[in-house]
Amino acid sequence: MTALVIAEHDNATLKGATLNAVTAAAQCGGEVHVLVAGSNCGAAAQAAAQVAGVAKVLVADAPHLADALAENVAAQVVALAGAYSHILAPATPNGKNILPRVAAALDAQQISEIVAVESPDTFVRPIYAGNALATVQSADAKKVITVRTTGFDGAAASGGAAAVESVAAVADAGISAFVSREVAKSERPELGAAKVIVSGGRGMGSGENFKILEPLADKLGAAMGASRAAVDAGFVPNDWQVGQTGKIVAPQLYIAVGISGAIQHLAGMKDSKVIVAINKDAEAPIFSVADYGIVGDLFTIVPELVKELG
Amino acid sequence: MKVLVPVKRVVDYNVKVRVKADQTGVETANVKMSMNPFDEIAVEEAMRLKEAGVATEVVVVSCGVAACQETLRTGLAIGADRAILVETDVDLQPLAVAKLLAAVARKEGPSLMILGKQAIDDDSNQTGQMVAALLGWPQATFASKVVIADGKATVTREVDGGLETVRINLPAVVTTDLRLNEPRYVTLPNIMKAKKKPLENVKPADLGVDVAPRLKTLKVTEPPKRSAGIKVPDVATLVAKLKNEAKVI
Ligand SMILES: Cc1cc2nc3c(=O)[nH]c(=O)nc-3n(C[C@H](O)[C@H](O)[C@H](O)COP(=O)(O)OP(=O)(O)OC[C@H]3O[C@@H](n4cnc5c(N)ncnc54)[C@H](O)[C@@H]3O)c2cc1C
Ligand SMILES: Nc1ncnc2c1ncn2[C@@H]1O[C@H](COP(=O)(O)O)[C@@H](O)[C@H]1O
Repeated sequence: MTALVIAEHDNATLKGATLNAVTAAAQCGGEVHVLVAGSNCGAAAQAAAQVAGVAKVLVADAPHLADALAENVAAQVVALAGAYSHILAPATPNGKNILPRVAAALDAQQISEIVAVESPDTFVRPIYAGNALATVQSADAKKVITVRTTGFDGAAASGGAAAVESVAAVADAGISAFVSREVAKSERPELGAAKVIVSGGRGMGSGENFKILEPLADKLGAAMGASRAAVDAGFVPNDWQVGQTGKIVAPQLYIAVGISGAIQHLAGMKDSKVIVAINKDAEAPIFSVADYGIVGDLFTIVPELVKELG
Repeated sequence: MKVLVPVKRVVDYNVKVRVKADQTGVETANVKMSMNPFDEIAVEEAMRLKEAGVATEVVVVSCGVAACQETLRTGLAIGADRAILVETDVDLQPLAVAKLLAAVARKEGPSLMILGKQAIDDDSNQTGQMVAALLGWPQATFASKVVIADGKATVTREVDGGLETVRINLPAVVTTDLRLNEPRYVTLPNIMKAKKKPLENVKPADLGVDVAPRLKTLKVTEPPKRSAGIKVPDVATLVAKLKNEAKVI
């Protein structure tokens, strides 16, 4: 029994979500190998080799693997799948894009967004926006799994000494091409990795008004997030969306500002250790999950909070 | 060009679902059902392609119990030309749905299949990618913009860090994200018109697909409840609590 983890990386660095997937893979009971499929991705492969608990790193290096096109990366995984009992990827947009393609090619019913491994064939996953937890047992020869990062602690990024092995890259499928990427640069921590998150909702009123959250986020070393309503209104970029169909986060501290607390939003943050809500409506559902709530106008409370933090 | 839009009947997004006492699933009896919201976006996108003269026919497909007809009628009321129900009482999992949809696609020969990125009941986010794999088609998931030209689709996708654009050959699979469009309201005259549009009924066996579930649900439980905390009177109290009680700052 050996598990293969599909690394999330940008060719130069290994993304943190990979570490959570490695932990889940180790719980499946066998050795853990990591596949780094990319272009000039030696540095990412070296980083993967340092991860505690990884026995081997496979590197597929080719120009057409540079941008994680699903058609090419999935074919690469399928080409290597023979040796593995479990194939896992973090449940990030990239993992979710690629892995079902692998599962279908292997005639396996993927198990999405697991939060616990009960045994090598039995897993727990949330359904209905996290309002229920299903324990499911797979009858497939190969288990194909995406891993919700908040369900598993990350493996240590250093301390490992895995062998790094080159594998033959599959041919370019030739049916898709990468055109461009618009990535917003930020000095702040990633939403998925942050210990503190400050999130704004429709109550912020405008993108401009989100600026009042910045000093708060600065003081707390926080990442910034948002509700769907704030993203739809164009206040902030799409990848800030926290929720059932956005990012799932579980920081030490989550501060919800001007967010009502719809089921779909709660689905993405209710496993945070401590939740603070700032809302002018005392009846807002967000207060039903908040450890500490303040009822009032965010435009006075947020600056006060910044001041009080000193 | 023909566009196929798979639509799923799901518990309405406003319903707060309850886990059944015997832990076999969630309560779905007497609960409002609707078209999966991402699929409404998919039908809307197909309609816009038709209105722009890019698509010539829009066909909605649903797999499941007889009541999925209602979901198909909604799709027809939005404007789809005809509907196909793949009827079965078997509890369908995404791989089975993908196989059924691939079989329908082989018969219908669409240039584009637009699905939702995720069904809000099973939260699987798999079916579109699986259909693409089974047909050997390219895919563009989590789309926020779709442009069809010269036999290709140029699709902007919502990814970590922002947006990414890919160009894929047709035929292809696209899955919708929330920002792709805002679906139109269904009007009463269109609901009436939809009643007369053709709805074909097929069975999984007609398509030669084995839909037996691969995952066995051992139990469905309620997640640990989070209890409401306290309301604090002012910011000073909040900061004191965060420092001394919660110890998170
Ligand atoms: C298919 C589907 C998927 C979805 N996925 C997600 C998802 O992933 N994430 C998500 O967040 N939502 C999601 N939603 C949307 C969700 O249902 C809600 O519509 C959304 O979360 C509401 O955002 P909001 O709380 O910012 O806005 P609102 O519900 O409008 O709440 C705004 C809040 O701000 C407060 N407020 C206003 N002004 C002030 C002020 N000056 N001071 C203090 N408080 C103020 C108001 O009292 C109110 O409570 C989804 C919906 C669907 C149908
Ligand atoms: N039973 C079904 N009938 C028709 N389409 C479906 C069905 N199940 C899933 N789909 C489509 O696949 C998408 C993703 O669903 P899922 O992979 O289950 O999250 C949905 O938004 C639908 O477009």
